[in-house]
Amino acid sequence: MNNKIFHTIGIGVAFSPNLKANISEAARLSLFFESTLILIHVGAPSSEKERQLQDILKPFIEQGLAHEIVFKTGEPVNVILSISEEKKVNLLILGALQKENFVQYYLGSIARKITRQAKCSILLLIKPSITRVACKHIVVNGLNKPKTKQAISTAYYVSHKLQSKKITIVEEITIKEVAVSIEDDKSLRKSDIIKERLKIREDSRVKKIISEIPQAYKSSVQTKTQSIFGKRGYSIGHYAQFVRADLLVMNAPTKTSFWDRLFPHDIEYILSELPTDVLIIQ
Amino acid sequence: MTPKKNNISFFFKQLPKNIFSGFVVSLIALPLGLGLAMASDAPAIAGVITAIVGGVIVSLLGGSHVTITGPGNGLVGVTLVAITTLGLEGAYAAIICSGILIMLLGFLRMGNLADFFPSSAIQGMLAAIGLIILGKQFHIMFGHQISRDNTIDYLIEIPYTINDALHYENTGLIYAAAAGVLSLFIMAFYSKIRNKYLQLIPAPMWIVLLSIGFSYYFELVLHQNNPIAKHYMIPAIPSFSEITTQLPKVSFSNVGSLAFWGSVLSLTLIASIESLLSIKAVDKLDPDKRRSNVNRDLKALGLGTIGSGFLGGLNVVTVIARSSVNVNNGGTNRSSNFFHAFFLVVFIVLFSTQLTRIPLPALMAILVYTGYKLASPDLIKKIFSVGKEQLLIFFVTLLTTLKFGLIIGISAGVIITILIHFIINKNVTLFLRHWIKPNVLMFKEDDEKSNYYVSVKHFCTFANFYRLKQKLDAVSENKDIIVDFSLCEFVDHTVMDNLHNYQNKFAKNGGHFDIVGLDMHDTDSKHPFALRKLQAVPKLFGYNLTKRQENLESIANDYELVYNADKNKDSAFLNLFLFFKTKQINYIYNELSADETNSRLFDIEFSEGEFIAKEVIRASMLHINLNTSIPIFSLDRESLIDKVYAIAGFTDINFEKHPDFSKRFHLVGENQQHIKAFFNDDVIHFFESNPYYHIESNGNSLLIFSRERLASTKEIKALLDFGKRLKQVIS
Repeated sequence: MNNKIFHTIGIGVAFSPNLKANISEAARLSLFFESTLILIHVGAPSSEKERQLQDILKPFIEQGLAHEIVFKTGEPVNVILSISEEKKVNLLILGALQKENFVQYYLGSIARKITRQAKCSILLLIKPSITRVACKHIVVNGLNKPKTKQAISTAYYVSHKLQSKKITIVEEITIKEVAVSIEDDKSLRKSDIIKERLKIREDSRVKKIISEIPQAYKSSVQTKTQSIFGKRGYSIGHYAQFVRADLLVMNAPTKTSFWDRLFPHDIEYILSELPTDVLIIQ
Repeated sequence: MTPKKNNISFFFKQLPKNIFSGFVVSLIALPLGLGLAMASDAPAIAGVITAIVGGVIVSLLGGSHVTITGPGNGLVGVTLVAITTLGLEGAYAAIICSGILIMLLGFLRMGNLADFFPSSAIQGMLAAIGLIILGKQFHIMFGHQISRDNTIDYLIEIPYTINDALHYENTGLIYAAAAGVLSLFIMAFYSKIRNKYLQLIPAPMWIVLLSIGFSYYFELVLHQNNPIAKHYMIPAIPSFSEITTQLPKVSFSNVGSLAFWGSVLSLTLIASIESLLSIKAVDKLDPDKRRSNVNRDLKALGLGTIGSGFLGGLNVVTVIARSSVNVNNGGTNRSSNFFHAFFLVVFIVLFSTQLTRIPLPALMAILVYTGYKLASPDLIKKIFSVGKEQLLIFFVTLLTTLKFGLIIGISAGVIITILIHFIINKNVTLFLRHWIKPNVLMFKEDDEKSNYYVSVKHFCTFANFYRLKQKLDAVSENKDIIVDFSLCEFVDHTVMDNLHNYQNKFAKNGGHFDIVGLDMHDTDSKHPFALRKLQAVPKLFGYNLTKRQENLESIANDYELVYNADKNKDSAFLNLFLFFKTKQINYIYNELSADETNSRLFDIEFSEGEFIAKEVIRASMLHINLNTSIPIFSLDRESLIDKVYAIAGFTDINFEKHPDFSKRFHLVGENQQHIKAFFNDDVIHFFESNPYYHIESNGNSLLIFSRERLASTKEIKALLDFGKRLKQVIS
């Protein structure tokens, strides 16, 4: 495992009320991860805008932040995606919108499209803040998929860099895998036994992944595994919201088609209602 | 799990008990079957055929344990419609088709079908069914048979019928009306008289026995004809050989018509909903607290209905009243359902001619009473206490059902419920956006306590309760579970109602079911004051004690006890007693307690049976906490019935040294050796020289009471004294 996962961090900049909070958050993360920050603005360059951004970045530049500002006109989704690719951005930060009167967050249409199409990892922020809010608890998925190993090791890397206290690895087990429908006492007992067996199987699989992670990353953080029987993708978001996790780390979906959006699953659930900050690992 | 061999011997050990309770149930099933069939305009025997076919098939193939199957009262209305529009032969075809559909529901695992309807709408529908039965049969009960198109007309004409009956000149009609009214009185007051001998025969059978006796009295003693008008007697009942040889014609000629499929759908819907509700209610009564396999039961009910339809019977459904009687008489497994069918066959073979001596009004009085139970004013009061909007749902469903039929009625109930939810929340998107989302998360907390934690998001109503139910059903009832609604914006009455049932089920099985996160909810007005009241107003009843309560207070002062008139719902200490195994405790009140001796005397309200067969009983009891452990037993005065029960397999423990005690007292318990050791000479002499009480031990405490009613102050003093001396003798 290399020491730096995120060499370059990108952020789309729109001159909205959230501007300062978004940039502060991104700059802080760039410092933590020792990466270069690329600010991407869709629109014509102007000295006024440039000055405004520099003002916000000033305290971070003093701490040694390397950054670059890119202006380009065009269709927002395409511009942000093409520049991210061009600049070899490893992590793209997007801000979410908060629903009126509700403590619920959702993604704007642009951010949603970018999330689906991006080839790099994505961090969705629900509550960017100007001053630092510590990230204490990270929830990461432990699905039985090839990308999971990377997601878990990234979670440890992030927790190490952000000095988080706790990582919970959630193994989602679909009801289909239990394969016993509960109808009476007998089938209930049977399904309990199968569930216990599945849980042990999943636990040992995750433990194997954890054992491969460098000790340095693991030592300062408390690790917990939790198995959940529920709908993939949705339950983990529910769980993260319930335990008030500060960051949810997920695998990127293998593919999304029109049908996935119509019948949401995995990541699409998360996009429709963000439980907390979400890091999607590509 | 217990080994298979053990199960078989256990089954045979319990067989006598089940044969006995099957016999008692058949006593009710016979008159009810005749009455329900007559009310549906089918031949009287059809109801009995239904019970026999259903009893045999469902007991062999079903998935529930203590339920009884047969013709259902919910189906009277729809069967009547089917028979009038399609004719009897067409109706049999519709019944067969509905049987196929019910079986299909079972194969599709639609056992949760009843959960998709708001509970107030279901209650409205059941009340409407009750009124349909009551409305039509009330007139026959008074010997005034009329025929109207609309149920509402039947109801409106009830006063006229009563008026007419008061001015009858025809003695035949007067006797008919008298038989009807008398039977109604028997039905209404039977449960109030808690006499062992009287209760041995169920009320409907009393009516049958009395009316057959009445007819024989006129024939054999007075040598006269039966004074009741001829056309108000049950028409001829075919003998058993006729039933088996002359199968009815089934005509599928209407299969293409809309009316046919409307009837099939109604029959299927009502039959499955009534069965599912009954199974759910009976599961609450099961002494062994088993879970029923509803899908398997649906398949069996469907098959039973098909068979019944071909043999000239009606829809087979699970019925609550008969099932409650089954539980109360010691039925423990499906064999009691089988024997109920068996005894019905015996009755038909032996007594089919005697049955024609039953007057129709007497039979219809039984149905009027069940109809009244379904639509009783208490029900409306209860629904109103939940909330005005529930009453609106209830009445919309009730009136639409009466006016337009069951399918439209229940649909109206569902629609009005959804609209009310929209209006209460002033929000439609909440429901539309989140309806298809899997909004329930359940996980086992990984700490040492390993509770199940369930978190519900967005909203939880009848429309998506099945998701929550699915999760809850995956937990066995002796575990601890916490349901958290803090992320949920709206919870409706149906859900709260169902969760309450879960709470009871978990409490009975030794688990815990907690609901948290509802404090911030406005909608929580349903369970409002109970908790706050207790702290705010300590002496709530101080100024309005009844005479009896004042007396109790003075007894408390005399005996230096602490008196508390308030209702106390914490009755878990009584759950382990055998007596309460098939009974639901509501609360205890009027409590007299003494701290240092650990004994308390209280009035208790508990209920027997469920749903429409529910009887509420109040009694005074004494509970003594012993600090030592003693064997589990139950001691009572030995009566004639116990001798009957003894034949049925309840064994009485007798002592050779004490023939008087053995003769007079009925002692039962599992561990005979320990019990015999516990009942030493002193204890036996004490019981011999004192008045009879029902005494029960649950291992470390005693429950003592004399009758199943509230005790007078004098009896309370006697009970206190008895308890005190008994404690001295055994410690």
